[in-house]
Amino acid sequence: MDTNHIKTDEAEPRKYVLSRRLDNLFMEMNEVFQFIVRFFREVFVPPYEFKEIVKQCYEVGVQSLPLISLTGFITGIVFTNQSRPSLAEFGAVSWLPALIAIAIVRALAPLVTALIAAGRVGSNMGAELGSMKVTEQIDAMEVSATNPYKFLVVSRVLATTFMIPTLTLYTMFVALMGAYINVNQNEQTSFASYVEQVFGAITFLDVFASIIKAFVFGFTIGMVGCYKGYNSSKGTEGVGKAANASVVTSMFLVFIEELLSLQIVNAIRSM
Amino acid sequence: MEEKANTHINKQEAVISIRGLTKSFGDLHVLRGVDLDVFRGENLVVLGRSGTGKSVLIKIIAGLLMPDAGTVTVLGQDVARLSTKELDQLRLKVGFSFQNSALYDSMTIRENLEFPLVRNVRNLSRQDINHAVEEALEDVGLSQTINQMPSELSGGQRKRIGIARTLILKPEIMLYDEPTAGLDPITSVDINNLINEVQEKHHSTSIVITHDLTCAKMVGNRVAMLLDGRFERQGTFEEVFESNDDERVQAFYNYNFVT
Repeated sequence: MDTNHIKTDEAEPRKYVLSRRLDNLFMEMNEVFQFIVRFFREVFVPPYEFKEIVKQCYEVGVQSLPLISLTGFITGIVFTNQSRPSLAEFGAVSWLPALIAIAIVRALAPLVTALIAAGRVGSNMGAELGSMKVTEQIDAMEVSATNPYKFLVVSRVLATTFMIPTLTLYTMFVALMGAYINVNQNEQTSFASYVEQVFGAITFLDVFASIIKAFVFGFTIGMVGCYKGYNSSKGTEGVGKAANASVVTSMFLVFIEELLSLQIVNAIRSM
Repeated sequence: MEEKANTHINKQEAVISIRGLTKSFGDLHVLRGVDLDVFRGENLVVLGRSGTGKSVLIKIIAGLLMPDAGTVTVLGQDVARLSTKELDQLRLKVGFSFQNSALYDSMTIRENLEFPLVRNVRNLSRQDINHAVEEALEDVGLSQTINQMPSELSGGQRKRIGIARTLILKPEIMLYDEPTAGLDPITSVDINNLINEVQEKHHSTSIVITHDLTCAKMVGNRVAMLLDGRFERQGTFEEVFESNDDERVQAFYNYNFVT
C-alpha cells in the first residue's frame, strides 16, 4: 500500500487515554473480541463453505494422525513406566491401569492433542493466512465479492473445534494401548482385565469433561491461529511472527483453560 | 509509439466520480482533496511517485479502504454509504488486478478462476463453469496452464492469470495496480496489449496505476498525475508532459525515456 511520506505541516504530539502501551492493549483486546463475535455472527449464516470445511477437517484431523499416534502411544508407555516405581513402594502396582486411565482421560489426552495441534495446525494457520494477507490474496477475495472471513476463518475454526475432540478420543485410545503394552509386558495383565480396570476407574463425567475441554482447546487454537494470521503485517517478517505468536499464544491459553477446567470439574464433582 | 485512439468513450457518462477525497494514515496525509472523473469506455492512467497514494485511491474505489472525507461514486453509487451486500454487488462490476497478481497459492489456475464465478453466479452447470474458465484463459493466451499451480508460472503469466480471474465476471470497470511492475520490457508490452484488448473486447472502463510511462502512453486515453495528494495535471499523455514547468513531471519523463 502506498502510505508514505507526506507529513502534516505541524506534527501534533499524539494523545493517549492511559498510555500508549495500555491503549494498544485495550484496542487489541477489543479487536480480538470483535474477531470472535464475528465468528458467531457468520457461522450460522449461509452461504456455507462446505468444501473448504471438509478440506480443513482433513488437514487438521487426518494429517495430524501420524504425529498424534506416535505421541499418544509413547506418552502411554512412558507415563506407565514412570508411575510404576511410586506405586510399587506402596505395593499398589495392581492399581496402575486405573491410575493411568484417570491421568490419560482426564488430563494427558486432551493436553497432548491440543499442544500437538497448536504446534502443527496453529503455526500452519498463522503462516498461511499471514502470507495470504501480505500477498493481498485476502483483499483479492474481498474484491471478488467473497467473504474472506467466512471462507478462511470460519472454516478453519470449525475444523479445529470439531477435529480436536475427535483426535482427543483417538489419543485416549492409542495412549491406553501404549500403556497396556507396558502393563502386559511387566505385570502380565490380560487385555480383558486391563480393560475392566480402565473402565472401572473412569466415569462419564471424566470423558464428557475432557471432550468439552477439547472443544474449547480446538476453538482457541483455531481462533488464535486465524487471528494472528489474518491481522499480520510488515511483510514476510510479519508472517514469521504470526506463525510464532499463534503457537505461543495458543499453548499459553490451552494451559490457562486446563487450569480453569480443573477448577470447574472439581466443583462439579464436589456437588 | 502511437498515442491511443479514443474509441468507445462516452465523455458524457462518468462511471467513477471522485470529489474532495482525503485519506490519511495516522499523521501521513496521503490523499488531500482528490477530484477525478473517469468516463465510460476510457483507460485512465494514474501516474505518481511511490507512496503518493495511487494504490490507496483504487483500493478506496474497490471499497477495500474507506475515505476519511469526500465522495467516491462508482456506477452511480457512493462507495462509503453502501451496505456489505450492496458493496459485494458493486464489486461484481469492478475487477481489480493486483500488483503481485494475488493468485491463491493453494489452488490450481482452474480453481483460481472458478473461485469468483461459483460464489457469485448462481445456477451454473459444470459445463458452463468449464467454458467460462477456458474462455477467460484463451483471452489471456494461457490455456495450457489450466491445471498448473501459481508457483509454476512466471511473473508475466501470473499477471495475465490475475487479469483473467477478474475478467471471468465480465466487469464494467477494471482497476490495474502496477500491471507492468517487475516485468521485462517485452512481457510489459504484452501486458499493455492485453489491457488494450480487454478495453476493446469488453468495452470496459479502466484505471491503470503505474509509473511506467511506456505503459501510460500505450494504454492510456487520458493521463492524470498525482502530486502532493492531488491530481495537479490531467489530459492526454502529450498534454501532461509537453510543458516543462514542473521539475517532478519532467524528472518522471526523463527517467522513463532516458533523456
